[in-house]
Amino acid sequence: MSETKDSIIIKGRTVYPGKVEGEALVSKMPLMGWGNVNVKQGFTVERDHPLYEVPLKDKILVFPYVRGSGGFVMYGHTKRYGVNPLAMLCTEPISYGIFAAMTMKQPMMTDFDIDPVKIIETGDYIIVNADEGFIEIVKNV
Amino acid sequence: MKLTNSEKAMLEGQEGEAVQKAMEMLVRYGEALGAEKFIDTTNVGGYMIANLEQYKRFNSFDGAFSEMCMDSDVTVKLPPVKVSSCQFETSMDPEYYKLAGKSDEEYELYKSNIDYLANLGIQVMCTCTPYQVGNVPVKGEHCAWMESSAVVYINSVLGARTNCEGRESTTSAMLTGKIPYWGLHITENRYGTHLIHVDEQPITMEDWGLLGYYVGKTVLDKIPVLDGIKKTPTRDMLKHFGAAAASAGGIELYHIPGITSDANTVEEAFGGRTPIEELNYGVNEKLNAYNLLNSIGDNENVDFIMLGCPHYSIEQVWDLCKKLEGKHVKEGVSFWVFTPQSIKDLANRNGFQKTIEDFGGLLMKDCCPAIGRFKPRGSSVMATDSAKQGHYLPNITGIEAWYGSVDDCVEAAVTGKWGGKFN
Repeated sequence: MSETKDSIIIKGRTVYPGKVEGEALVSKMPLMGWGNVNVKQGFTVERDHPLYEVPLKDKILVFPYVRGSGGFVMYGHTKRYGVNPLAMLCTEPISYGIFAAMTMKQPMMTDFDIDPVKIIETGDYIIVNADEGFIEIVKNV
Repeated sequence: MKLTNSEKAMLEGQEGEAVQKAMEMLVRYGEALGAEKFIDTTNVGGYMIANLEQYKRFNSFDGAFSEMCMDSDVTVKLPPVKVSSCQFETSMDPEYYKLAGKSDEEYELYKSNIDYLANLGIQVMCTCTPYQVGNVPVKGEHCAWMESSAVVYINSVLGARTNCEGRESTTSAMLTGKIPYWGLHITENRYGTHLIHVDEQPITMEDWGLLGYYVGKTVLDKIPVLDGIKKTPTRDMLKHFGAAAASAGGIELYHIPGITSDANTVEEAFGGRTPIEELNYGVNEKLNAYNLLNSIGDNENVDFIMLGCPHYSIEQVWDLCKKLEGKHVKEGVSFWVFTPQSIKDLANRNGFQKTIEDFGGLLMKDCCPAIGRFKPRGSSVMATDSAKQGHYLPNITGIEAWYGSVDDCVEAAVTGKWGGKFN
């Protein structure tokens, strides 16, 4: 990790390459796929989830890991309707989580130096460089 | 990843373009996981069903599945599968597609899709429970399966080894016989993490569903070890428990020492390590699980009864039939029971199908409402004996749901009223 007055850079492992930047949307609760995703509107429909019906479009989605039945790939299918997140950053990798990034061909990273869920808050500005394996966090102050 | 010579040959295209694309997909996937090598598998369970929208983008199954199931930019012609492979549960029962609100066009596509899979040599079991209809992996067998309820069953009860795979990895595994050696394929990753002292003994199917829901909500994607179970559960109870745990959390493996496959003692289940956390399951935890599952129910006027998630075994069908004799479903209530085709054939031979139909219900195959994204036309309140279906169907279709025992569900079918109580 390196830190300047304005930003923090942390390294991670690339799951799917690419470079994007945008505003963070953080889910401290793991995300569930399949029947819990509204693919056309691009949000989770899992009851009691903090991100229930919160649009993922153009966000840098940050979450600890994927849970529940397989089918997390449905988050990737949101791209077909133009309501996909720009990138996904997660604490731990999981088998079927990866297909979402592959399907939408958007960057995904995991295994960071520091847990992204702990350091990033919703509204922070994130520069994702999955080509070179790091993210830059500009805190929303 | 380190590849063997035969894997390199597949990657170079020596076994044809489809196998090459499958291998490319598996290498990308394996590298993304952080896997170092592949393991051979001869038991793959996947999902290759295209809906109308997906099919029409390509106008061929090869096109649809090249993209959706192999992440390939180009269409390749899929050859017959290399290793034994089966199809999980699908989107409709071809006999009752109209009741599920599917069009004639969707039905025709479904029939061609099943023929397409059969021609590739994929066993069209069309069930979430292949282990109920002959595919029973042995302990230590490396599999590549989808469907969380099946994954948790074969990992835990049978001691087979699989991660919860996706369409992309399973289709590619069917064509190559390879899957990344990662996660639950590796002994080191199969030890327990959380110790749960079960004080409130699960006796009935409903109890096992509630325990599963609690464990899933509490442990999430880790590996629970249940200590204190005094009565050996039936296969169906473990099926029910695992499905609830996998859908409420993300449980892919659990241990009940002395009962499930990997461990005979608590120490063995933890591989000599200390549990991350110890929890107690008592009557309060059971009540919380019950209330959480029933928090989706408000209206007590039930118009849909859904049984068979995961698909019913022949024992469950038989047990249900004993409860139906001399009764009849209330007008306006749909009573649907889901099972694999081969169990339905047996139920038919045994007269069970007739008993269900005389009651006013239907025995359906191949699908379930959650996978097929349907419910009976006009229905708004469901009663089910499945914690999994009760968890998912409201999110998918907006229906309300009540969870209880099979007796509660039969009673609701007869009266049209939900009268289930916690006990």
